[in-house]
This record gives sequence, structure tokens and C-alpha cells, in this order.
Amino acid sequence: MTALSRRAFLGTSTAAGAGLVIGFYLPRRAQAEAEGVFSPNAYLRITPDDKITVVVARTEMGQGVWTALPMILAEELEADLNQITIEQAGASTLFGDQTTGGSASVRTTWDPMRKAGAQAREMLITAAATQWGVPRESCKAESASVIHSATGRKLSYGSLASKAAALPVPDNPPLKKGDYKLIGKSTPRLDTPSKVNGSAIYGIDFRVPGMKYASLARSETVGGKVVDFDASSAKQMPGVSFVGRISDSAVAVVADSTWNALKARRALKITWDEGPNKDLTSAAIFDALHHTDESKAVKFFSAGDISKSTGKQIQAEYQLPFMAHAPMEPGNCSAHFRGTECEVWAPTQVPQDCRDTIARLLGLKPEQVKVNITLLGGGFGRRLEHDYAVEAALVSKAINAPVKVTWTREDDMRCSTYRPVSLHKLSATIGDDGWPISFTHRIIGPSINGQKGSQPVNGVDSDFPDEASFIYPIPNVSLESVVTETPVPLGWMRSVYALQMGFASESFIDEMAVAAGKDPLEYRLHLLSKDTEIKYFDTSWNTVRMRNVLKLAAEKAGWNKPLAAGRYRGIACFGCFSTYAADVVEISMENDAPLVHRIVSVVDCGQVVNPNILEQQIQGAVVFGLANALRAQITIDKGRVVQGNFDTYQPIRMNEAPKVEGYFVPGTEPPTGIGEPALPPLAPALCSAIYAATKKRIRALPILS
Amino acid sequence: MPNFTFRVNGSEKNADVSPDTPLLWVLRDSLQLTGTKFGCGAGLCGACTVHVNGALTRSCITPVSQVAGKSITTIEGLGANGLHPLQKAWIAEDVPQCGYCQSGQIMAAAVLLEKTPHPTDQQITDFMSGNICRCGTYERIRRAIHRASAGGAK
Repeated sequence: MTALSRRAFLGTSTAAGAGLVIGFYLPRRAQAEAEGVFSPNAYLRITPDDKITVVVARTEMGQGVWTALPMILAEELEADLNQITIEQAGASTLFGDQTTGGSASVRTTWDPMRKAGAQAREMLITAAATQWGVPRESCKAESASVIHSATGRKLSYGSLASKAAALPVPDNPPLKKGDYKLIGKSTPRLDTPSKVNGSAIYGIDFRVPGMKYASLARSETVGGKVVDFDASSAKQMPGVSFVGRISDSAVAVVADSTWNALKARRALKITWDEGPNKDLTSAAIFDALHHTDESKAVKFFSAGDISKSTGKQIQAEYQLPFMAHAPMEPGNCSAHFRGTECEVWAPTQVPQDCRDTIARLLGLKPEQVKVNITLLGGGFGRRLEHDYAVEAALVSKAINAPVKVTWTREDDMRCSTYRPVSLHKLSATIGDDGWPISFTHRIIGPSINGQKGSQPVNGVDSDFPDEASFIYPIPNVSLESVVTETPVPLGWMRSVYALQMGFASESFIDEMAVAAGKDPLEYRLHLLSKDTEIKYFDTSWNTVRMRNVLKLAAEKAGWNKPLAAGRYRGIACFGCFSTYAADVVEISMENDAPLVHRIVSVVDCGQVVNPNILEQQIQGAVVFGLANALRAQITIDKGRVVQGNFDTYQPIRMNEAPKVEGYFVPGTEPPTGIGEPALPPLAPALCSAIYAATKKRIRALPILS
Repeated sequence: MPNFTFRVNGSEKNADVSPDTPLLWVLRDSLQLTGTKFGCGAGLCGACTVHVNGALTRSCITPVSQVAGKSITTIEGLGANGLHPLQKAWIAEDVPQCGYCQSGQIMAAAVLLEKTPHPTDQQITDFMSGNICRCGTYERIRRAIHRASAGGAK
């Protein structure tokens, strides 16, 4: 078991950021035709001047793909990280699905990036061996050179580029089985230097020569539409060059600066058709959830037969509100429509969706739309929507000039997509020995994918297989889903359904432990005591791995050591995105509200690529989870989102940020998700601590409502 | 339109904009200094933090008319000769994740260290709680401030 050794990392770190040059995507063909370029696959180019370019086909939104993905390729290539230049891919047809989300960047590129590096290494070794006239086996690759140890000869990859380019690309190059030089080592992020001196370019910073600035007034009532608008005042405002309807629910104002566009937008007089939701309230939404017809409940996981369980019954209901992602960089995108083509510079997690929707709406072919990906000032799932990019393209077409659309914070809060509400009904049957015989969890709530038009698979949202799990080998289990509908736009927010399922399920496990008079850690370890695998959809969840995660969390948190007076602890565990996670939360109660002092978070995500980034992702996930648990709540009144800015929707600030310790159980299995899994156990662990302190059970988030 | 003159990062600049234009948009749109970020437009998140005559200032709610004749420092000009000790500490601690709020965090921390060269944890918390980071980098921010305060060694 290895703690993240930050001190070791600091002691060995060298100058960060060497070699970081971010070029925008260039079509590979143009590159490959250049003189002497070795490009055995779409991820890699080596030129005779020894420049090694690794193409990152995921989006950098803070999760570290600009560092982790090149590390994976460089490991097999046998190059040092400081010899590598990164290029951000745009929307392409070369890399498969480029969606960045679902804690999937490392796990979905682990094989292709390793293979890409290994292909090149093998070809470069062959090229050198041929040039020297020596057996291939007598050569080795190291630090971007091929070396013939027997004679001490050495050729750089650049000098071998044109020879290697003429060789066939091997289909199945050998891959390392361990003994890594880069993978698993705490390594400074390559993007850090540009993020501390103001030079990093996010979407909102991008500038197209001659571009205009746009602000859009959108219907704040869910489903509302523009009936008419009076642009006369707005058009009189300084710098305004265009006012026009962009869709049936938005009017755009275009000016010569962001401020002039924002000001003129305020002068618009729009007549809205508020539509069918103008009286919608959160109270009505929750009331409807509680009165859902549950006769169509679908069982999506089961074990044994719950109907045959007899014994003492306990039950509880949990609920969660809508929540907003609120990334620090508000929505934006720059676009340049040029008649038969459109180019956009988008902070997006879904470049291919941007391309395809823009093409459809502008009457272009997908290949006539070029999507460049900028840095993202936070994603958290919000930029899995491509509304900003579509707006920018439509406005650019309307004015026939390049334009940047910028959202305000209020736009972001009120015209977004939201983590769905949900209601959870749980029950358990307890045997005479105090241990559960059956466990039932029914989730009632709207489906994100369902609302977006992809029908539930076997009665559940198609994301349920990856975003949740069930780990306890209780004899009789039934997990059930009732999909409801809501007009409120839904989106995928960090950990998605795992927050809902984890909060309800793990809180109820805590209630069961209390009912049995057991310590919540010991209770879980007992439930997990049998070495087995639980098949949940296509993922097999291993009780041994979850036990190890719990045990390490308990050890690091000092679970069995007494706490200082006035301090209380809670624990929870959950699996999602194929990763195991447990959080221990230590609190005191201050004026009836929990103050979190310390969080210990442990994951098992298989092979760790970069422990430095893993620690960041754990810290980020639990702080995000803490905001979700304490205060994140979007409420609806008169069909509109009530919250508007960071005064009414309050993230965690430093005064509420606890000490967060992240650890991992080392593994050699292929990497699984790390951006989200530490989040779901946070809320139930916190509520367990609150119960320990107050004997009050929190069954609805947010805690501070 | 009125023309406003002020100094930015040591150089004289002017902007021909309406007097109510927030300094933020003058920096970003007129002067192309995009290191200063737009986060909330209401002085709530700190992403837009700059120094005006050395004082911590939320540029998103500061009209350009109020900074005429004054001296402004942005993240691009914080280190007079190369990187400011805080920027070096931010790199050493590898603080940023998405990085969007970090200009504002560093500019705020610079004012803190100016006033309180060796802040306690509580002083850091009190001063830095005006800045929001959605990525949850607070612990590394704290470590970086301590590192810079200790002259880079720790």
C-alpha cells in the first residue's frame, strides 16, 4: 500500500513544462506528406530535427490529459517527457469517439497510446539495425535514441525518421508488462507553467482577427420562446452592429466588445411565450416524484429472491435536488463562418458533436466544419453539451463574420443543464443475527439520456452500467428504476448517477449498521468478508479490492483511534467507472452545521499513471462532492432557475475546504476512472459523521438547505 | 467616447471606451491581456483579481473611469523580473488543475504576502476565501503560499 508521496515528488521534480508547445490540430495528411516525417499512426510524428509530437485526442479540462496521455505513449516509445511536444487534436475521424467524460480518458486511450508508442519504437529500432547492419535484437531504444550497446553507436529518433517511415507498421508490437520508467511516477503537469503566468489560452481568451463579440438573451423559462423583440434601443447602444433572433428561444446582440454586447443586450425588449412550464416549481417536481406510478419499475440488478426474505424490516427514503456544474469559465465559443465552411474554437468535451450539429444547422457537410479545442476552465460535464458552439456558429453565419459568444455567470446558472433530481426508496430485511437478508433500492427520477432522446436500455438510463455498482454479496438484492420525465434540462455532472446511487445506498447501509448496533466500518467489512465478484452489468466488482480500499482508508484516518473531543467521523465506499473508492470524513458541529476538518480518500483504480495528478483528482472530486453535499441546489420557481450567481449558488471556498489526503491501493490492472470515483462516498460519509455527532439522519441533500 | 489613460504592468495604456466599462473588459478585449479572467461579473469569485496601485481589486466590478491615472498590475506583469516567487511556488506545488481561477488566486496571494509576509493557516484562509476554485485546489494553494512565504524553501 502506497501513500501518495508528495515530498518525494517535490524532491525529484525537474523543470516543469519543458517542451510544452500547444499547436492546434493540423490535418495529418498535410503533416505526413512533409519531408522525412515519421508518423506511423495518428498519435505521433517525429521529424528529422528530433521533434517528437504527441497528439492528444481528449480535452484538457484540468484532469491532466495533456500530461498523462503523453506519458503513456512516451513510456512505450522510449522517450523522455521533456523530449515531447503536445498537440491538441481537434474534431477528427482518426481517433474514434473523442468525448472527454466518464472518467474515461486514460482508460480508453491506455491501449491505443501504448500501441502507438510501441509501433514507433519497433520501427525505429528496425531502421537503426538495418542502417548499422546488425541484428535487431542487439539494439535497444532509450531516451528517443536507438543504441547499439556492443559498439556504443547511437542514432536519434529524428535521424531515423525517414528510414522508419518507409517500414511497415507492426499490428501488434510488444507492450511492456510493468517495469515502467514514466508510468506510476509522480510527474509535474506539463500545462502548469502556462497556467500561472496568464499565457494559457482558454476558449474565452481565443481571438480571431476582426472578430465581433456577442451576448445572447435566452428564455429563462424552461421551454419558453421568443414571440417578438424590440431592438431599437439596443441598436442605439455604442458599438452594436447586429441584433437578431438566432433560434426560437434566443436573441443575439453583436458589438465591438464584450461589454458593449452585454450592455446592449440589457436594452433589448423581448416578448416571451413562457410556454407550458411557466408555473413549474421545485415543490411540484418533488411532489410528482413522490406520486410516481411505480408499477413500471424495472429491476436492473438482482440477487436471490427478495420476496422470500422474512425478518425485521427497515426502510428509508432519500432525495437529491437539481445541481449546476458552474465551471469557473462561463460558456463561450468563437466561430468563423466562411460561406462553404465554418471553423470554431470551442472549449468542449464533445468536439465531434459540435462538428456534426453545426454542420446540420448550417447546411454544411461535417468535413466542412473544423472544430479546434481550447483549454477548458473546468468541465465537470457541463461542456458535454455543445450549445455554446452551436450558438457561435449560428451568430457567425448571421453576421457573416468571426464572432465570440460569451455567457454571463447568470446565463450559465439559469440556462444550463442540471444534475437530475431523484427519489430513492430503500428497504432491508434483517435476520435474527443482525445481518441483512435482503436489500432493495428503487431510484425514481428522470433519465438524462432519455431526455436527450436515447431510450432507456432495459428500463434504465444507458449510463447506469458505468456510473454505479453494487458491491455487497447480500443474499437477496433488488435494484430497481422508475424513469420519470421532467422539462428541466438535464446534464451529466461529475460522477452523474453515482452520486445519487452512492448517497442513498451508502447512507442506508449506515442506517443498517446503526440498527445492528455495529461500527459502520466493521459492518461493511463483514458484509464484504466473502471473497467474491459481483457482476453488475458488464463489470465484475471484487469484494477483496473494496475491502482493501476500506481498510487503507480506515488505517490512514486512524479509524480505531479515539478522536479529539467534539470531533466525529463517518465512512462510506462506492464503486463507479470501474474504480473502488472509500472516503472517511472528520467533522465537528458548529452552530448546528458540520465543519469538515479532514477527508481521507482512498481509491483502487488499477495501474496509476501519474500519482501527482491522481492526488489532484481525488482532492478535486471530494471538494466538489462536499459542495454537492452541503449546499448545491438548483431550485425552480415559475418555471425558472432561482439561483443566478455565486451568492445564491455557493461553491466551497477555502474557509470550508478541509485537509484532503488521497491514497491509492497499488494495482497492475489496466487503469480505470479517477476523475469522479472519490466523489460519491463523500456525501454518505459526511452524513454518517453528522449522525455520529447528532443522531440526526440526513436523508435529503443539500445538508444546509 | 472618453479616453482613459493608466499604467498597466509598467507601461502607459489608454482605452477609448465608455466610462462604465469594467477594467476587466478593457484588459481582456482592448489590451488583449487575457490572463485576467471573467468568472462572475459581480465581484464574487475573484477570478478577475488585479492590483490597482497595489491594492487587491476585482476588475469585473471596477469601472475604467475609476482607474484613470492609476497603476495596474495583472498576472502578466506580476513578476517584475521573470516569475514572482508565488508563481514559482505554484509551479513547485503543481497547483493548477483547470487553472482558470489561478491568475486571480495568485494575484490575491501576492497582496496577502505584501501585507503579511509570513501568514498563518488562518490568515491564509481569511484572506483567500474571496476566491473560488471549482477544481478544489485549495490545499495546494495553501502549500504554495507557505512555500513562497518561506522564500521558496520548505
